[in-house]
Amino acid sequence: MGEFKVHRVRFFDYMPTAIRAMAFNAHTERLALARMDGSVEIFNFTDHYFQEKVIPGKDSRSIESLCWVGGRLFSAGLNGEIAEYDLENLRPKYSLEAYGGPIWTIISNTQGTQLAIGCEDGTVKLFEVLEEHIQFERNLDRQKGRIISLSWHPSGTHIAAGMMDMIRVFDVPTGHAVQRLLVDRGFGGSKSRETVVWSVAFLSDHTVVSGDSAGKVQVWDGHTGTLVKTHLVTKWDVLALSVSKDESSVVAGTSEGTVIQFQFIAPTLHQQQGKEWVRTRTFKNHTHDVRALAEIETAIVSGGMDTHLVVRPLLEKFDEKSHASGLRKIHFPHRNLVSCAKKVGLLLFQFPGQLELWRLGDSDGHGKPGDRLPLERMPEKLLLLKRKGEDHICCSALSSCGGWLAYSTVSCVRIYRLQTDNNNISITKVSKLPKALHSAHQLCFSSDSSKMFAASSQSSVLVIALTQSECKYVHTLKPKSGSRQPIHLMTTSVDGKWLAAANSDCEIHVYNLQKLKLHCIVPVYGSCPSAMGIHPTTNNLTVVHADQQVNTIISQLYLLQDWSRKLQKQGLHNVWLDRDTPVTHVTFNSKNPNQVVLHDMHMFCIIDQSLPLPDQKTQFYNQMTLRSLSEQERPSHLHAFKICKTFQDLLCVSLLDDQSLVVVERPLLAITSQLPAPVRQKKFAT
Amino acid sequence: MAALYEEFTLCGLVQTQNASDSPIQGIERDGDSDHAVVTDSTRSVTLYKVSDQKPLGSWTVKQGQLLTCPAVFNFQTKEYVVVSDNKVIRVWKDEDLNLDKAFKATVTADVWRVHSAPGGEPVVLFQRGAVRFLDSLLSAPQQPIEDVLSEEEVIRWSTNIVAEEQHFVLFTTEQKGECCLYVQRLNPNTLQKYRLEREDSGASPLSFSASLRDKHLNLLYLYPNGCVYQSVVAARGYVGLEGVQALPRSLRLRLAVGEGELGAASAVALDEAHVAVVGVPHPSARTGKDFLCIWNTNFQTLQAGKEMAGRIHGQVWCYLGKLFVPHGKALSVIPYDCQKSSLASALGKLRHTGIAVSKSSVAVPSWNTLLHGDQPQGPTKIVETRKSKLSRKSQSAQALTVDQVLELIKTGPVDEVQREVEALVSRGDAQDLQLSVGQLACHLVARSQAETAFYTPVALAQLVQTQFLCHSVCPGLLLLSLEHKDYFLCQLCLQLFPDIPEVVTCACLKTFISVPDGDVEMVSLEPDSVSFMEGLVAAGARGGQQNGFSPPLFEEDSCDANHQPKPPQDKKNHTLQLEACPVGLHKAVLLNEVLQTPYSDNFLLPHLKDLDTQQVILFLQYLQFVYLKYSQDVYTQTPGLRSPTMTQIIDWVCLLLDAHFTVLVMAPDAKGLLSNLQSFVKSQVKLFSELGKIESSLQELHKMKLSKDISQYSIEVIELF
Repeated sequence: MGEFKVHRVRFFDYMPTAIRAMAFNAHTERLALARMDGSVEIFNFTDHYFQEKVIPGKDSRSIESLCWVGGRLFSAGLNGEIAEYDLENLRPKYSLEAYGGPIWTIISNTQGTQLAIGCEDGTVKLFEVLEEHIQFERNLDRQKGRIISLSWHPSGTHIAAGMMDMIRVFDVPTGHAVQRLLVDRGFGGSKSRETVVWSVAFLSDHTVVSGDSAGKVQVWDGHTGTLVKTHLVTKWDVLALSVSKDESSVVAGTSEGTVIQFQFIAPTLHQQQGKEWVRTRTFKNHTHDVRALAEIETAIVSGGMDTHLVVRPLLEKFDEKSHASGLRKIHFPHRNLVSCAKKVGLLLFQFPGQLELWRLGDSDGHGKPGDRLPLERMPEKLLLLKRKGEDHICCSALSSCGGWLAYSTVSCVRIYRLQTDNNNISITKVSKLPKALHSAHQLCFSSDSSKMFAASSQSSVLVIALTQSECKYVHTLKPKSGSRQPIHLMTTSVDGKWLAAANSDCEIHVYNLQKLKLHCIVPVYGSCPSAMGIHPTTNNLTVVHADQQVNTIISQLYLLQDWSRKLQKQGLHNVWLDRDTPVTHVTFNSKNPNQVVLHDMHMFCIIDQSLPLPDQKTQFYNQMTLRSLSEQERPSHLHAFKICKTFQDLLCVSLLDDQSLVVVERPLLAITSQLPAPVRQKKFAT
Repeated sequence: MAALYEEFTLCGLVQTQNASDSPIQGIERDGDSDHAVVTDSTRSVTLYKVSDQKPLGSWTVKQGQLLTCPAVFNFQTKEYVVVSDNKVIRVWKDEDLNLDKAFKATVTADVWRVHSAPGGEPVVLFQRGAVRFLDSLLSAPQQPIEDVLSEEEVIRWSTNIVAEEQHFVLFTTEQKGECCLYVQRLNPNTLQKYRLEREDSGASPLSFSASLRDKHLNLLYLYPNGCVYQSVVAARGYVGLEGVQALPRSLRLRLAVGEGELGAASAVALDEAHVAVVGVPHPSARTGKDFLCIWNTNFQTLQAGKEMAGRIHGQVWCYLGKLFVPHGKALSVIPYDCQKSSLASALGKLRHTGIAVSKSSVAVPSWNTLLHGDQPQGPTKIVETRKSKLSRKSQSAQALTVDQVLELIKTGPVDEVQREVEALVSRGDAQDLQLSVGQLACHLVARSQAETAFYTPVALAQLVQTQFLCHSVCPGLLLLSLEHKDYFLCQLCLQLFPDIPEVVTCACLKTFISVPDGDVEMVSLEPDSVSFMEGLVAAGARGGQQNGFSPPLFEEDSCDANHQPKPPQDKKNHTLQLEACPVGLHKAVLLNEVLQTPYSDNFLLPHLKDLDTQQVILFLQYLQFVYLKYSQDVYTQTPGLRSPTMTQIIDWVCLLLDAHFTVLVMAPDAKGLLSNLQSFVKSQVKLFSELGKIESSLQELHKMKLSKDISQYSIEVIELF
């Protein structure tokens, strides 16, 4: 296929923040995940754990706990506020001061009619969940000391509250505390320190399970208030507990990064009586605190200080090895944080608080494959643009000529004009923006930089015309389907005629930009698009879905292209389908119309549509084999998927106009090295 | 070439009542490279910005008080320190206006100087020779100060030198015309005393200047007769060394002084080749001594000169490329520039003139020997300035020519021969000597061999030290010296001759081993090699007694000593061997010389068989002793000192064993020795096999490092098929 000059970029210091809380909605199979910076992410567990939505964080927001009520998502944090999220516009809908000091936890009853929060001042406050709002109902008896954790009995009559050194059981109708369970302190030096009950779980048989800072998981009888069993699991803290739906298993997350499973089983086989809670398994997928935990039907989901989300399948729930039975680690967001100006070799990096603009280096040397070329010009950081206000940046874009830059937060959009001559760069903010443009879920420039597209509410797209002097509102493109979901992908064609936009309902709308109207809706496929691109010469739309399917659609006819049809018929190679990270970027080779460049976190792939498709028996990763073959033998072994795994932990792979590849790597080791030291390090043979 | 640039006046000077006294006590550096702290001889300290020629601040003590030491700048605390009335230490900062309100502390003894240098704490040197850190002194000003110097000994000059980790205070004293150099090392504190060689005139040096170069302290001093000598002291001293040592010197420069002796003059070393001199007449000027000159000591050439208006007080300071010279009514600053220039560098042959190099003798004349081969230890120097060379022409008419001396050697009495040879050697040119030295030596040796009574050790030693002799030029010399038990000459020959045949080496070895210890101990030997041996012996002794802790031996660490309990007798024997050197000190020095003599195995081996068993055992014991010393951590080799290397020792052990293996195996008293040697070998083999084992892992590590070196950005080429 040929040689490529690769700009291997490692200077994007992307640093995800720690996971603080999570809540799983069993009904919709969505996992809500809160990070330390106040951002909330929604993962769709039915669709290959795809990260569907991201609600950007805010400086003043801190989330301690998340809670689903039906399809509604609530959070509470140490700023003392309860917030409900608007999942269609990806922003908080409203927030409510609870007047109880910092809030440590928020839960709902099984009926979904009430919310309870635990406050620093020792109160448990009940809120009524109304149609569009929540309303304060009453306080339970106020206690001395903060309420750290809460758990509602499934019947709704009792609440267990974890506090300092004790657990209280409240009778909800009267509001009185009916039980007081004293939790022992740690041994030795920690005797003088209060024990924090980080987590409680109230089971339907009135068993209370607690996890505390002394490293114990304790099982209590909630009727009598007596301790049934103590499991000392760690020298440090037990931070999180989660109960399976059938209440047969409890998992506990600890500071040393382990997740420990307890199961309610009889000590001997075939015996139904005398079941007890027994410690069964230990999972170690984290190096740091496991702060958030959810036990779902077939897996344990955990996250914490070390920033990645782990989905650990419970293998006894699977009959055979399948895609779902593999361990998943989600390190990077499933969307682009890097924009690339292909014509001029500029890169824009998006951080929550700032944007960085870099110019790539240069080398005029030529080398053999595997060589590193001498650098003639070093890469250069041209610009560091800090956002204004408290809201974090949710999306950004750089025009392909490098002349325009735009970013958006939930409250505002900013557009800048960039001028670079030789070594000087000047940036001017475009001062007057159209009123309609107040926030965007996605931003995108047309390839000639004359227009900007902003994804707005209800899947609509604003078209903004850019000229040197001003930017003017042109039109709003609206989908016919009436979907209210946000757009998470947008792409334009090089000739400026087409715009494709994909939303979380898996709909892809193709608009004709000359007529400014909807051209077609691509037939809805069951999996969410994770990346798409419009071919520069044929204007075919290539879509990659979260389930790794690759479809190419002929734009004029909205039909599957022949190649794609063949692919559908033959099916993708299993190795391709088993990859566990979604493709996040699609680009094309303008010189060779047959070539499509895709990448996920662990590889990038050039698909050559002129070559035969691999069938299940062909070796899929065949680059090494091809290298060892002679020129004559090679053609018979070629197939369409050319995969390069030389570069790892990829955030972006793009093909510049000069045919050189840009590869933005963010080594996980570099992220790990920025984390604080773990409490416990694995030593050999321990 | 060196050059003096246009001078400028930093400040005017007030004439003191006594015109011979300088109005300036001292000039010191500040934290700023452009500042100079000038202390006048009475009451005030002034801070100048040199490039602007203007004062930045001035501080004065009250009428009636007197500054007795130049103010210095404490680089650590950014404070100035001065001593008034010998006992009151005053510390103040830049922003303080009044010196009387500054911090004062009165100490119990008279202070000579406070010294400060960048990178080191200031130190206080008392008039009786005690040294204290300023900080510790100020924290307890009333602490008792001991007397280091004897009653009549007075400090003439002092300085301090701060190198990376070492801190030295150097001071010279004078007592009844005898000059001594004290080197006080700080942290740990050791004091070493050296006696300067006496100048014939009995005069004491006019000025001193010290610098640190290649881990050696170089002391440069000027005598009233115009001789500039240099002495070298190793910066890394031997702690165990007690007593006063003679300080060898070498003549760097002989300045023409005109009529009479120099009065107020001073020399300061600018770099390794250049010396700035004030108060010495200019060679081309008729009268007056008020010149500032820069001399190149390698070529004895005047590089730059400048007449200073008015009287020069014999003071010069040199800081950061500027010379400060008080003269007449002004203090002038003269920027200078020294560039390394030498014929050798032009030819690309310049080697660093360290001790190690200068000692490697070369029998063939080369530019190096002619230019840089001067031997610091050699008592005779053939170094003259052009001027003195001119003046010599008239003298040489009276002296004897080489031929006359050769005639004299054939018949003349010992004293006369000795004197004439000495005179000839000391005045001859390098080129002339090259030819005559061999003849002289041959004649001397021939007569000595013929007449047993005739022997001229001093003259022969001098001839050898010219370094123009080698064994093949005068084959009888070394054997002659052995015959006469002139061990000093033997040592010189072994050191300086590159071509001693193995048979002679062996003869020397045999003689050295069998000579009774008592005979050798009286002989004076080359001091460096003796001090090396003293250090080696002392190192072990110290290590053995330190807190009762004895560091584990190299071979004990890894071999059978740990695995199987040795019989107690063996153990005792073992420790004995370790602690005591089996031969006397001077004998050991001589043996070391043999060890360092070049040889080739094939030729040496047959001659080694001449040694008898007892000699072999003794020599092996000695080699084992040195080997053990080297293996210990306690003793680390001093660079620059001539000492046998580890490889040389091992090679000799091997050779001896090869030559006498059967005899040794049979000899009962060699049993312990052999088993010890075997354990060395075992440990070595073990070490190497361990190294061999990890070699591949280390190589792998090396490879890994290469591949891991991925920077923030690179442009790479990949190929896809």
